[in-house]
Amino acid sequence: MRIGDKEVLKGVNMSVGDGETHALFGPNGCGKTTLLSTIAGIPRYVVERGTIRFKGVDITRMPMYERARLGIGIAFQHPPTIRGLKVSDMIKLCNPQANAEKILKDLDFVDFADREVNKGFSGGEVKRSEMVQLLAQEPDFVMLDEPDSGVDLENIKVIGRAINVLTQKDLKPRARKKSGVIITHFGHILDYMSADKAHVMIEGRIVCSGSPKEILEQIKVNGYEGCVGCLCPV
Amino acid sequence: MSMSRLEEKAKKAKDKVAALGTDIDIESYEAESEEMGEIEALEMLPEDVQTAALSAGVSLTGESAGDYFQVDQSAVHRGSSVEGIEVMDIGTALREHSYLADYYWKLVSIDTDKYTADVGMHPPAGYFIRAKPGTVSTFPLKTCLFMGGKNKRQRVHNVVIAEEGSRLHIITGCTTPSHAGRGLHLGVSEVYVKKNAHVTFTMVHNWGEEVEVRPRGASRVEAGGSISENYITLTPVKSLQAFPTATLAGEGAVASFNTIMYARRGNIDIGNQTILEAPKTSAESIARVVSTGGEIINRGRMVGKVPDIRAHVECVGLILTEKGRIYSIPELDGWCGGLDMSHEAAVGKISQVELEYLMARGLSTDEATSVIVRGFLDVEIKGLPPALKEEIQKITKLEEIHGGS
Repeated sequence: MRIGDKEVLKGVNMSVGDGETHALFGPNGCGKTTLLSTIAGIPRYVVERGTIRFKGVDITRMPMYERARLGIGIAFQHPPTIRGLKVSDMIKLCNPQANAEKILKDLDFVDFADREVNKGFSGGEVKRSEMVQLLAQEPDFVMLDEPDSGVDLENIKVIGRAINVLTQKDLKPRARKKSGVIITHFGHILDYMSADKAHVMIEGRIVCSGSPKEILEQIKVNGYEGCVGCLCPV
Repeated sequence: MSMSRLEEKAKKAKDKVAALGTDIDIESYEAESEEMGEIEALEMLPEDVQTAALSAGVSLTGESAGDYFQVDQSAVHRGSSVEGIEVMDIGTALREHSYLADYYWKLVSIDTDKYTADVGMHPPAGYFIRAKPGTVSTFPLKTCLFMGGKNKRQRVHNVVIAEEGSRLHIITGCTTPSHAGRGLHLGVSEVYVKKNAHVTFTMVHNWGEEVEVRPRGASRVEAGGSISENYITLTPVKSLQAFPTATLAGEGAVASFNTIMYARRGNIDIGNQTILEAPKTSAESIARVVSTGGEIINRGRMVGKVPDIRAHVECVGLILTEKGRIYSIPELDGWCGGLDMSHEAAVGKISQVELEYLMARGLSTDEATSVIVRGFLDVEIKGLPPALKEEIQKITKLEEIHGGS
């Protein structure tokens, strides 16, 4: 995968099964956000080799909005402000049938319904706004780019709850169909939601995969350098 | 100045080319229009006229403080439903109110150019609206200038007087039926805002593609008063040139201009200027313009004559197609120390990041573009009554507003 002349992802093999939620760790600039953006289909992210498959379909060259309609959703880390577009109207754009009232209430976002999307929102408000949109969109595969960065404890709880809804954590594991990938730096969000598997990405490659808890412990002790030498027992 | 002196002045200016805008051969448009009789109620207007009015923001139903409806050169209906507010046609008003001579052609010079001269040399048509001291209207006064005939020259002269402490909201829809051919609209508007009076003056231009438009407007605001002038043009015209002036003459007076423009084709030269000549006055001029092929010159001018004034100009434009032109001209003219004037101007394209954000939610490129363009044009106009705000939002949500094609 390259952006302009720069090769960013250098051979990523990763598979997320139905009903699974995976965590993605890695140092700044290793390509985590790029990977999610590539899967979402941002046009300037060009795949040179390899394929992206979703629901059995090769979506490598599929336009971004078609991927969204097929069931891919993404919460951006730094979404832009959309001038003149109210949060309540954005919900309708994501899904005209969505129960806006309930979603806004669940995310404690009722007071923001008439505000312009992301305009003057604090860190926590931006993240909740992203979750509101995803809950409306109801994607089958959701990608969350640092939903816990810059968010206080109260908000992390609310966001964790929303992620559990998006990934059907209320159902028995075998009954779950929806899956997700979450990027997190410190793993705080993992106290409020569960991930089935974790991956460590360094310099555009997945170097390690395993139990989220054990990997996170190792990163805390040995840092990402440890991952390069692979000190992980898993 | 007596009427005959005015006429003499007008005659001398009858060939005077305007300072701005493409030059129009006035004589290629018919001067005379068929007289139309008065109607008892606006609901009696033909359906195509009602539709045209609606698309210019003037709904004939719902609450209003009064109305004035002109078809070509005939005032077919006018009236006020609020005590203390007078609505008349300007011809009758000139005959009945001798004091009007002190207001008529006092803010706009009759010899400004050949267009004002042409208005001045013909029998007057247009509205006279006056709010007596302290009269407050919460509902808008709805006025409509409708040009029905083909190849016509419509001449309008409006005078608005908001006496001390009064409050007026006026919406003027300038419109033609959907099948209209070529036409020329010349409109003079003089708006007087007395001490502590507040006026919102909203003009929606909804002309046909073969119509040329030359409004000539000016307003004067006394101490503690305010004016909010809003100009909205979203449908194609052949050419439009307007550069209204607001003069802030008394301490603490406030002016705010909002211009919303969407041009698929045609030649548009629009803008406004505010002259701040009293201390503690402030002015703001915000323009949001979109070209999908049309040529737009977008002017915002502030003239600061005394210290302790504030003025801000914002000219922001989007060009959505390969062709199209937006020429933004913010001008700040400060005549002394101790004043504060600023501007922000930008001409560009839609942000790719914003497009991608909406596409990630399932919107196609065209749908995402429409959403962003509508949001861009959805300027928060302060001080409008809710009913009028709704009408304006309806206009900016018209299906015609879209992206590239």
